[in-house]
Amino acid sequence: MKTNLFALPQFSLRFIPIWRRNFLVWKKMAGPSILGHLADPVIYMLGLGYGLGGMLPEVGGLSYIAFLSAGTVCYSTMNSASFEALYSGFARMHEQRTWDAILNTPITLDDIVFSEIVWAGSKSLLSGVAVLLVIWLMGLSHSPLSLWIIPLSLLVGLCFASLGLIVTALAPGYDFFMYYFTLVITPMVLLCGVFFPVDQLPASLQHVSSILPLTHAINLARPLLNNVIPANFMTHIAVLLGYVLAGFYISLVLFRRRLSQ
Amino acid sequence: MNAVLSARNLRKCYGDQVVVDGLNLSIQRGECFGLLGPNGAGKTTTLRLLLGLIAPDAGELQLLDHVVPGDARAARLHVGVVPQMDNLDPDFTVAENLLVYGRYFGMSDAEIEARLPDLLEFANLAHKRDAKVPTLSGGMKRRLTLARALVNDPEVIFLDEPTTGLDPQARHLIWQRLRELTARGKTLLLTTHFMDEAERLCHRLAVMDNGRIITIGSPRELIEQNIEPQVVEVFGEQVASWARDYAAQHAQRFEVSGETAFCYVQDAQPLLRELQQHPHLRYLHRPANLEDVFLKLTGREMRE
Repeated sequence: MKTNLFALPQFSLRFIPIWRRNFLVWKKMAGPSILGHLADPVIYMLGLGYGLGGMLPEVGGLSYIAFLSAGTVCYSTMNSASFEALYSGFARMHEQRTWDAILNTPITLDDIVFSEIVWAGSKSLLSGVAVLLVIWLMGLSHSPLSLWIIPLSLLVGLCFASLGLIVTALAPGYDFFMYYFTLVITPMVLLCGVFFPVDQLPASLQHVSSILPLTHAINLARPLLNNVIPANFMTHIAVLLGYVLAGFYISLVLFRRRLSQ
Repeated sequence: MNAVLSARNLRKCYGDQVVVDGLNLSIQRGECFGLLGPNGAGKTTTLRLLLGLIAPDAGELQLLDHVVPGDARAARLHVGVVPQMDNLDPDFTVAENLLVYGRYFGMSDAEIEARLPDLLEFANLAHKRDAKVPTLSGGMKRRLTLARALVNDPEVIFLDEPTTGLDPQARHLIWQRLRELTARGKTLLLTTHFMDEAERLCHRLAVMDNGRIITIGSPRELIEQNIEPQVVEVFGEQVASWARDYAAQHAQRFEVSGETAFCYVQDAQPLLRELQQHPHLRYLHRPANLEDVFLKLTGREMRE
């Protein structure tokens, strides 16, 4: 009779009305949101790309700004999903009690957690498209393969949404998220090849880098923007999918435990 | 069998603490049923069990012919809930709150739009249709929450302390609306701290304490079965010594709380005559009410 916290998730299409709810909230603030998705990567690419790039002849066979553009796509999509899953997700779960209201309808917690992941993934998709447009407009990529950045943005978003929700499920308050950003996200940005190639790192750190999801995202994005089919792309996709599934399941178990109190 | 809800031997523990301890309950169609109890008696946990939001450790439960929690999703399709704490969507207008909530029940936008005028009318919010939630008063928010609970035209409505924190005008309006719902044949299950609310609205009541139902019946039955019909409240500084000397002689039962003695009597006349001899004491003679029953059954100590 006791709730099985570890039961496999049950999927239903009832997550769609929750996605639409979040979309309606987003639509009311679409202007500033889109501006944020565009301005941030442009500032990074211009500032670092031209500033730092001016001192470097080329990095990994690319101009520095072209090298950086692949990192920026992944970095931006990671950030959109993480902020959505942590801060906005926590607000919906805890502060506004939106989840409580939804749970009184025929919707279950499994649907809610799934909707959070898909919604945060959608925000990443938007962010990825925005950065891709900037890359095209700046003439940094003319590759037809760069269109694959669009589904990749969704995958990266789902991945970091799932991981972020684990933190949300454990968080006593907003301050808790600082640990995640300081101890996980920031090191990831420096270890995964956003700003410089991973092979610049000592061997031990390269091993750490090889298991981090952002590395696999960048290993897909960088060749795609350069019109090359990524080496071992199946492995990279599989690792990212693995993070999505593991993160979803772990966060769901943690949310079940938290909300059954 | 016309029971909308039936629970047998429901039990729920959190760690070592038994929060709901062998609860038996049966609610008939069209009934307004009240669950009373001090803070921590297990009322909110009971509602969460009945809605299938948490699983009991033992017991059987049926809501609208669905086994809960196993088939709770199907049951909740025909249930409305007014929660204790406000959880309206602050980013939305009144109408958007109803629209978005209706979608959770799988209703189409057209279906919800068609119900909107009636819901807004019922909640006295027709003029606030496009107002944002943060601009509403406490009473308006409660009425919107009630309208939201009705969006799916539920058969059963759960209300967790529906009038807590409202001013008397706002409370009376909610009461009137709840009576209208009962008149339409809806089944209501409400928890409350307000005895006058329970006495006015509920056909039947259960008093809960320490996770158990201690008594169950109509408000009148509870008063008749549990307590003497007359109460004389005596106030004054020396009331404790007066009560020891005199109340014991003339009252079936008395309790002293601070500077007040509550005397419970079958016939108040002897006590009232006695009180004429003690002009320094003030008193109030009234019929026994539900609050007297509640305090007798659950005690006068604070629950925190």
